[in-house]
Amino acid sequence: MHPIVKLLSQRIALGLLLILATSALIFAGTQILPGDVAQSILGQSATPEALANLREELGLNEPALSRYFDWLFGALHGDLGTALTNGKDIASSMAGRLGNTLFLAFWAAIIAVPLALILGLVAARYAGRWPDKLISGVTLATISLPEFVVGYIVMYILAVNYRLFPSTAVIYDSMSLWEKLNAIALPVIVLVLVVLAHMMRMTRAAILNVMQSAYIETAELKGLKPSAIISRHAFPNAIAPVVNVVMLNLAYLVVGVVVVEVVFVYPGIGQYLVDHVSKRDVPVVQACGLVFAAVYIGLNILADVVSILTNPRLRHPK
Amino acid sequence: MPETLLDIKNLKIEATVYPPGEDPHDITIVEGVSVGLEGGKVLGLIGESGAGKSTIGLSAMAFGRGGVRITGGEVTLNGRDILKLGPKGLRGLRGREVTYVAQSAAASFNPAKRLMEQVIEATLKHGLCSRSEAEARAVKLFRKLGLPNPETIGSRYPHQVSGGQLQRVMTAMALCPEPSLVIFDEPTTALDVTTQIDVLAAIKEAIRDTGVAALYITHDLAVVAQVSDHILVLRNGNKVEYGPVKQIIEDPQEDYTRALVSVRSIDHEEKKPAEPVLRVDNVTARYKGTNFDVLSNVSVDVAPGQTLAIVGESGSGKSTLARAITGLLPPSAGRITFAGRTLSPDLKARSKDDLRELQMIYQMADVAMNPRQTVGTIIGRPLEFYFGLRGEEKRKRVQDLLDQIEMGSGYLDRYPAELSGGQKQRVCIARALAAKPRLIICDEVTSALDPLVADGILKLLLELQAQEGVAYLFITHDLATVKAIADSIAVMYRGKVVRYGPKTQVLTPPFDDYTDLLLSSVPEMRLGWLEHVIETRKMESAGN
Repeated sequence: MHPIVKLLSQRIALGLLLILATSALIFAGTQILPGDVAQSILGQSATPEALANLREELGLNEPALSRYFDWLFGALHGDLGTALTNGKDIASSMAGRLGNTLFLAFWAAIIAVPLALILGLVAARYAGRWPDKLISGVTLATISLPEFVVGYIVMYILAVNYRLFPSTAVIYDSMSLWEKLNAIALPVIVLVLVVLAHMMRMTRAAILNVMQSAYIETAELKGLKPSAIISRHAFPNAIAPVVNVVMLNLAYLVVGVVVVEVVFVYPGIGQYLVDHVSKRDVPVVQACGLVFAAVYIGLNILADVVSILTNPRLRHPK
Repeated sequence: MPETLLDIKNLKIEATVYPPGEDPHDITIVEGVSVGLEGGKVLGLIGESGAGKSTIGLSAMAFGRGGVRITGGEVTLNGRDILKLGPKGLRGLRGREVTYVAQSAAASFNPAKRLMEQVIEATLKHGLCSRSEAEARAVKLFRKLGLPNPETIGSRYPHQVSGGQLQRVMTAMALCPEPSLVIFDEPTTALDVTTQIDVLAAIKEAIRDTGVAALYITHDLAVVAQVSDHILVLRNGNKVEYGPVKQIIEDPQEDYTRALVSVRSIDHEEKKPAEPVLRVDNVTARYKGTNFDVLSNVSVDVAPGQTLAIVGESGSGKSTLARAITGLLPPSAGRITFAGRTLSPDLKARSKDDLRELQMIYQMADVAMNPRQTVGTIIGRPLEFYFGLRGEEKRKRVQDLLDQIEMGSGYLDRYPAELSGGQKQRVCIARALAAKPRLIICDEVTSALDPLVADGILKLLLELQAQEGVAYLFITHDLATVKAIADSIAVMYRGKVVRYGPKTQVLTPPFDDYTDLLLSSVPEMRLGWLEHVIETRKMESAGN
């Protein structure tokens, strides 16, 4: 077996193990929360009999371990249980929300990742000169502001003053793609501004680090142009650190967008989670936690895989 | 009269330095150097580190490394002053008219690209010929340079070929655009002595066959004597002497050149064998996760106050033996006896006296010291740790040690970055000595130093041995060093001791094939040595 296949399967197996461990943590975490689910559903005036009946019905009298395995077994089959508050199937109501979040994350990533890489390359090319300082200054300013502030500023300028885009990002299924894109323009802009700096700084640092190498001098002494040196010789060796940061930011676009979704009233999974946390709807919170963990771990495994695949020493062993 | 290809006139090169604790200021690296080179000839640039030889070499490409700037003079190549060219003109010159072969080919190839891609890159970029023609040229050069599988080696990645081969691929890369001048910057310095000889022969033949002119930069006069027509001797950025090879080697005019020619002046009488202080008995060792023995059945002794030299090329197991003795790599079989007691294979189980009496000095003195500690702290640490010395007592002992290594009290509060390479190694010696060891393992301690500085270190080690009666296990690949200081010698090859005994016995024929190869590969300061060795040797080096 090619050693790289072994390495990759190890990495993926490790990721699956990690998701399993996280599921246990999520379950345990929701168990030790204070309060009683039955009580919070029925309210303070509920009779003890009604509470006991509901507990029986929800399976809360079973031992925690067997409830965990029931939950895990269901989750593996796509059954995340039913929401306590409205009795709906969690998987199906979450699918739509998750779809919306992924839609938003996708368009933000499509713009942010190439833009960050290009800005990072430009900043590295002109390191220490004005283009570098301008790019670094602007991106650091946008990352330093809390995202709701960026959100309201963008909203004030583009929605209120110039009326280019709607201020709330309401989308529904019957909209055309163009209408949807128009609706999510503002949250996409905010997300791009938030994730740009991190990826751009990493690209710049990784390239500058590689630029110290002797083989960059070799390229220079071959008479190559600075842009060709960066794109042909520096960038291929800077991929691994950059990919890791890109994946962290992509994960953030899926699991960390709660605030932006709230600001723009976007029907994504972040809002769904916040709503149900406030209603103490434990199965929904567990399901969201599990999905978030899976996305986060999955993207980081992907980063590892890309790093391994771009390493010629691993790809072509001696 | 032959055409002048390169004409350097009154060159002045400056750099900005940032010394710790001082304001940045400009220093002059090279001043008033003039030299010419005819087409198809080879000029050797020789000098110690800091002599400005690489800097002068790179000025033929109008290139300053780091913060180095060419601030005066003229560099005329093919009839025009290249210092007056703009960035675009320079790009047209570099990689086309002048090419460069670096010291460390391993670092100078992009690890992410195949060799062929990099070898023909300059040729294609300058539009000299089509891709298929360039590849055919490259394969031809690979063959000329004696690379194995010339047809397919180009599709490999840099990490997949050996250091000696990589250096030859880099030479092919430099010759591929058919330049009029190639700069060789210490191309064989990082190689084993047995590999160096093959690369040297390949380079010499390629230069002769292609008729290209070359600047050959090195600190090793014996090497440059084999390939050059003329030699320029440099010191501290100034010209010392210039002349034909024959005159420089056989009739040097300046004192400094004479010192270079007659370096390694130490004469060491071998001592009588005695009851050993360290006995390595049938030691076998392998690294975790590998399935072959790096050391197999190694048995050697070191007598008190004497020096055992371990010689061999890289990968022969020399440093692994040191790791086994110090306990960093517990052997899988065999026994190590030290000062009458059996050493535990595992470092953690050894007593403080075991640790104290067995010290080590490393090749890279600068990474063996904490850059944030002063010389006083560095040397004082073992005094505190092993003897519990404090305050005035400790300071006085550090002072004694500094005197022993011939450095004054002014160095107590200096940081390693403020010392020269030779001084750093002296501090490391003092630190080892502070523990009052019975045995010091010296791992290639002079390999990173200039010949004259290395000479000083060897003399110091011998003096200290006479004063303190300490024994040395001296690991090196340099046979000249071995001849200078050893009492007994062990020759290692692929994890085995192939020849072992008192110095005179090991160095007296008849030799086994490997020892013969090793001894004959040491460059000698006479013309025609290279051709003679290539013709007469019995086996090829393992690095091939």
